[in-house]
Amino acid sequence: MSNEWLQQAGVVLRLVSRTVRLMVGVGDYEQYVAHMQSHHPDAIAMSEKEYFRYCQSARYPGKDGSIKRCPC
Amino acid sequence: MKQIIIWMLVVLLGVVAFAVLALSQGESINALWLIVAAVTTYAIAYRFYAKFIVTRVMELNDRRLTPAERHNDGLDYVPTHKWVLFGHHFAAIAGAGPLIGPVLAAQMGYLPGTLWILVGVVFAGAVQDAMILFASTRRDGRSLGEIIRMEMGNTAGLIGMLGILAIVVILLAVLGMVVVKALAGSPWGVFTLLATVPIALLMGIYSRWFRPGKVGEISVIGFVLLMLALFYGNTVANDTQWGPLLTLKAETLATGLIVYGFTAAVLPVWLLLAPRDYLSTFLKIGTILALAVGIIFVAPPLHMRAVTHFVDGSGPVFAGSLFPFLFITIACGSVSGFHALVASGTTPKMLERESHIQLIGYGAMLMESFVAVMALIAACVLEPGVYFALNSPAAVIGKTVEEAAAVINTWGFVVTPDMLAQMAKDVGEASILSRTGGAPTFAVGMSKILADMTGGNHMMAFWYHFAILFEALFILTTLDAGTRVCRFLIQDLLGTALPALADTRSWPANILATALAVSAWGWFLYQGVTDPFGGINSLWALFGIANQMLAGMALMLATVILVRMKKIRFVWVTAIPAGWILLVTLTAGWQKIFSPDARIGFLSHAGKFSVALSQQKILAPAKTLEQMQRVVFNDYVDACMAGIFIAVVICMLVFAWRAILQAYRHPAVTVNESLVVWRAGHAWREEAVWHE
Repeated sequence: MSNEWLQQAGVVLRLVSRTVRLMVGVGDYEQYVAHMQSHHPDAIAMSEKEYFRYCQSARYPGKDGSIKRCPC
Repeated sequence: MKQIIIWMLVVLLGVVAFAVLALSQGESINALWLIVAAVTTYAIAYRFYAKFIVTRVMELNDRRLTPAERHNDGLDYVPTHKWVLFGHHFAAIAGAGPLIGPVLAAQMGYLPGTLWILVGVVFAGAVQDAMILFASTRRDGRSLGEIIRMEMGNTAGLIGMLGILAIVVILLAVLGMVVVKALAGSPWGVFTLLATVPIALLMGIYSRWFRPGKVGEISVIGFVLLMLALFYGNTVANDTQWGPLLTLKAETLATGLIVYGFTAAVLPVWLLLAPRDYLSTFLKIGTILALAVGIIFVAPPLHMRAVTHFVDGSGPVFAGSLFPFLFITIACGSVSGFHALVASGTTPKMLERESHIQLIGYGAMLMESFVAVMALIAACVLEPGVYFALNSPAAVIGKTVEEAAAVINTWGFVVTPDMLAQMAKDVGEASILSRTGGAPTFAVGMSKILADMTGGNHMMAFWYHFAILFEALFILTTLDAGTRVCRFLIQDLLGTALPALADTRSWPANILATALAVSAWGWFLYQGVTDPFGGINSLWALFGIANQMLAGMALMLATVILVRMKKIRFVWVTAIPAGWILLVTLTAGWQKIFSPDARIGFLSHAGKFSVALSQQKILAPAKTLEQMQRVVFNDYVDACMAGIFIAVVICMLVFAWRAILQAYRHPAVTVNESLVVWRAGHAWREEAVWHE
């Protein structure tokens, strides 16, 4: 019973942590690695550091001048 | 059956709350009634109207694969858990706007603002967000500009882009102005805001080289440093050497902001922009939560009247009568055009199922609207006299507490000089007079609520500066990001004439475009700051018109899409709000240019000053003939801006109408959606594909 409860709390905590990170545009690295392993097993996945830098450069105004966050 | 009873009770509760709000005469009512009215409205709208839109109008189908599933690359296109994406989307749409507009609108009383926030969000704002998210999801997550080009033609797309550039320029100027008005003569505020720069640099370097990706860790470090700066800011401000040094005039602050904007926008994003973004995003979410808890816990009474006599347009905060000016003053919170850009940005690329559009498109906007309601409450818990002292320009109420109290008393709001002086002392400022722009009022209201919750008036100064810091930090991040957006748009436009300038990696092109972008908003900012009438008066109206113009464009696009889908029966869902927004924007734009009332119309204002100039007379509050000339010139530029916005709206209306007629006459569905890929039968799962 309490074990199950702890497990549930763990899931919620992970969700919260993902939400918080995604709020500033940093995606889930583990999900990315899982995707690379299942879909492109021969390709080399980015390291966590590279992945973080990729997320950073993708979030802020880029070539297309797109607005990713409401400025007002 | 049980469901029906529950919903009947919700409706009943809502009706009671609205009755209390509308019928209270003369006595102050509790803010909780406003919260109850808002929450019941949202619940009913979400359960019934949003449900109707997603099932009947959009006909969402979870068997249809979303872009995130079809193009899943683990990076940009990633199926994301519904609530995680909700958080992401809400953080992306919630900004400083809903904290400012409702505060200004409170001059007409709490009722007009509340009604427009609630009706606007249910029938216009949330519908727009959901429809554009839907349109983008059905088009591989394309951006608003691309969708306009696809459905309404290339010219419409180009005009839309120019419109967006003009809006961003006005927006950055007005936001800069909010910061200047909040920080002028406030050494405590200036110190904490200055402290954010080294803190952000430290965070940037740390997360670039030492611990990349540890967002939580670096944000906590940054937050602690920020709170230390805030805490010791008072000591620094009272220091005999530092205090006067940090007591800056509005002009100095404006110049500082312009220089900062340029420098920040040419630095790499990881150094300053990203860490600032972390701080401001988390601070924003935290502040919203704290305020919600504070309001529910303290349950403060609203001192503002339900409706004041300023609905006739004679109010000091912004000029113009309820229609159309209330509807452009509160843009964000009821309907915000910028959300169309966000809803066609990263969110559609991460949507796991089509049916999540109801929660993420419609629901997140309801949340934002709730933030606007809380801002309105923060303004209305103040004594009306204090509210007007904060928000009236010095040209109207004078420069001393005695003068201000005397003027405000003639309006029928009781206030004494002592009350104004005491309030300034409580929040740790030299003066609270004419701190226009909404942010200081919000900060005073919030500090009052939070101080009540956390133990007494001695906490007010801390909470006041916390709120100012949070708004200023957020706005500085926006200045940086917005300047970059302008820069890329300008490079795009210049590139059509001189291709070398379109190269975003070229330093000279980068510097040139950034300089152009900064000087554009910097000009409006400086003009507003030196404007003897206070600047917010004219700039906020221009911004409201611009933002609603964008919303009008988005809703027209949504209407075109519905006609192209042959959903003629449901076209009213977007056509009615689009029509209303157009009516409001065009009327407001027209009045801002041509109204014979010099308080509203730019041209008649310019005329009044020109006549005086020709007679060598000086009209207050200008002090020299040179100032008078500047007033005239500014009026003409502002009138031109309003004219541009009107022209853009009318062009888009023509293009939309053409596309609608064409699609209507065509016998078949003409919508340009991406190819449909159905979920394979055996792979069809009710459960999310998101893996734990």
